[in-house]
Amino acid sequence: MFACIFVPNFHVAAVFRAEPELRARDVAIFEGKPPLEKVFAMNESAGRVGIAPGMTKAQAELCSELTLRPRSLLQESVAHAALLDCAQSFSPRVEDVAADTVLVDLEGMESLFGSLPEIGRSLFRRAADLGLDGNVAVASNPDAAVLAARGFCGVTVIPPGQEAEFLGSLPVEVLFGDRIEGKEREGKQKEDVWGKKSECLLATLKRWGICDLRSLAALPEIALSERLGQGGLRLQQLARGAASHTLVPVEAPAVFEEAIELEHPIVLLEPLAFLLNRLLEQICARLTARALATQELRLTLELQNLAGVDPQLDTFGIPSESDASHSTVQSSAQYFVSGRQSKFCRTLRLPLPMLDPKLFLKLLQLDLNAHPPGAPIMKIHLTAEPARPRSAQGGLFLPPSPEPEKLELTLARIAGLVGEARAGSLELLDTYRADGFRMRRFVSEGLPETNRREAAAEEKTAVAALRRFRPPLRATVTLENEDLARVVCSKKREVQGNVLWKVGPWRSSGDWWEREAWARDEWDIALQNADSVALYRLVHDLLGGGWFVEGTYD
Amino acid sequence: MSSAVVSTSAAQGRLCVFAIEEGGEVCPQPSEAELFTEGRPLQRAFSTSSFSTSKDARLAGITPASRLARPAPEMVSSGIAAMDDLTEGLPRGCLTEICGPASSGRTTLLLAALAASTRRGECCVLVDASDALDPHSAAAAGVELDRLLWVRCGENSPEKSLEQLLRATDLLLDSGGFGLIVLDLGDLPPQAARRIPLTTWFRFRRAVEHTPTVLLAVERQSIAGSCSSLLIKLGPIKPRARVSEQPMDSQFPPPSHAQVLTGLEITAELVRSRMDRKPVRSAEITFSSRTAWAG
Repeated sequence: MFACIFVPNFHVAAVFRAEPELRARDVAIFEGKPPLEKVFAMNESAGRVGIAPGMTKAQAELCSELTLRPRSLLQESVAHAALLDCAQSFSPRVEDVAADTVLVDLEGMESLFGSLPEIGRSLFRRAADLGLDGNVAVASNPDAAVLAARGFCGVTVIPPGQEAEFLGSLPVEVLFGDRIEGKEREGKQKEDVWGKKSECLLATLKRWGICDLRSLAALPEIALSERLGQGGLRLQQLARGAASHTLVPVEAPAVFEEAIELEHPIVLLEPLAFLLNRLLEQICARLTARALATQELRLTLELQNLAGVDPQLDTFGIPSESDASHSTVQSSAQYFVSGRQSKFCRTLRLPLPMLDPKLFLKLLQLDLNAHPPGAPIMKIHLTAEPARPRSAQGGLFLPPSPEPEKLELTLARIAGLVGEARAGSLELLDTYRADGFRMRRFVSEGLPETNRREAAAEEKTAVAALRRFRPPLRATVTLENEDLARVVCSKKREVQGNVLWKVGPWRSSGDWWEREAWARDEWDIALQNADSVALYRLVHDLLGGGWFVEGTYD
Repeated sequence: MSSAVVSTSAAQGRLCVFAIEEGGEVCPQPSEAELFTEGRPLQRAFSTSSFSTSKDARLAGITPASRLARPAPEMVSSGIAAMDDLTEGLPRGCLTEICGPASSGRTTLLLAALAASTRRGECCVLVDASDALDPHSAAAAGVELDRLLWVRCGENSPEKSLEQLLRATDLLLDSGGFGLIVLDLGDLPPQAARRIPLTTWFRFRRAVEHTPTVLLAVERQSIAGSCSSLLIKLGPIKPRARVSEQPMDSQFPPPSHAQVLTGLEITAELVRSRMDRKPVRSAEITFSSRTAWAG
């Protein structure tokens, strides 16, 4: 058995998928170069008010309630990808018949998804979830399924052997339905030839008084062959539901991209969030249909007229030295400038595969708040890198750990508060340089388990800790008989006094082969403060000169 | 049919328990001692068949919430055996304050608590108001750095860093799932730290209540008031040095280049503990810490 999903009026459906609020209005799609733009497709309500294909844009604009949209090949390709995802979510054997039509092989699917009517309804619902209102037909052969989907609204299930009876009521025009889709797939010349042929055949059938498939199926085969040739016989086989072709399965590429082209540029981030929300929901629905999640989201914004809008944009997005030192920052930005438009890219990398559009939206909002695009936005592309969803089971006796989704959002908010490179976990560097460490992303999952029995046995003596002053405090040191006598820090008044006790010095140096060579002498000293004694680490920089109080033992 | 109502009296701010018998015969009102004997007062109150027509008799069955037994919080190790002997550990779901002047051992205690928590396999957070953590000290103390989230505030002014600390703490408490959250206010001037409103500490206490999180604040002076369940005060330290092992006030110390700092002697005082409803007691201990290079 085969199922066919057909999206009627595909060009308008692609626009409705991107802008669902237009469904209740009269909408016409136009294409062509100005000023020769013509109406290309429209919805049913627009047809009722007199809009017809071929009208000029100027004529169509006379209808005040009509909403006009330019044809977007990008939106159509995205809608087609969504249609394939819908089919792929049920069976791996899917044929890409046309931009608006896909065939699904249902062999063996009944044990998984229920009876054929149930599968048909599930396909219908899944397509609706992906923003496409389509017709679904189930039949014993692919051609019959395609004809039924093009001819009947909603879900149709044709029992085996009753194809001719079911299809008989359909008009003969459904046999020539793929004439339009041929435009995208084949060359223009081929399409013209096929168009002329089919128009000729249709006109002949009409002249004979053949209006529905039942009449065509009842014609004598030999007489039909004599008059219309093999093409006519092929049409009759289709009308009887007896024609069949071998399914040509395609493997839908795992590319999850959604895009919106904007008629008017967006300047504020708030309206952008609405559009991002829509794109994210569509991407997540597609990922859900394929049982996938994502670990990386790429947002590309096409900006208008970069030069002259914001002079700061020239340097925006170029990683600084401090960014480079923190190689694991959550997201990265890039600018590409071409002509009068530029592309602004942000990449959101997640520690684990996730699938929550609300979380993604929050993360993108926080990221865009920290790194605004800086120019009006003309086009939005959002791409998700698919990944297998994580499968982990929490243990009853494991210590609590933050939920990864919540943690990611919390970390993004904290990064917005204190700075991107100032929240995370620590990694010590393989160096003797003081304060040699770098920050990296904090993750709560996938950490090695600790042996708690051994850990409990380790408990013991406390280790004296140093509290660092960042940056180290410059100090004025008084020497008496070449010995430390008094230390004064002008920046921190409490760090001053006579040296009561000291140990040291210890000399160390390193990185002499680098530009940032260092050499120093260290003392541990006790200073008499106003009310107590405090221990400090005093450092003498041998290369740069100067004394510094690096920290306090606490 | 007997019924029981547990309600919070907004006017009096007290939790009350009513025991009412409807349509039954009049029974003598049990005494308060009988109703709320130590152990399971609520069950006793619910199962008691009592009936009284007068308002006074009903009120006689009301017990203030403060007198009801509350479950004791789970205590976890602070990472230092001597401290555990003093305080019985750190309470989960409560605020603990460690206060003391500079160089009093606050960071040593802080890192020990972090190390103990990460050894238990928990994720921890250090919200550092003055960006003062020394990563090498943390590693030497046994903190598993992968399990530690370090939030570094304090890039600008103390006011700004305080604001960042409070907002980050709110976010972290809301996120949940951490075993230990440490607020390091140790380098903030007391007058700046005292600007944190008491309502903020109440909010933190409420947020952490009934969670397995230990909320630990390290500061110079106690600023959370009655919101903290445990208050530990640290006194001045004494450094110890190898070779002579003599304290610094020795009459004949060896030359400085012949010595190495081997550790500190820390004095801790338990100022307040609300764990077991005992009256405030003050106990003091002294314990030693060693430096990472002392071996």
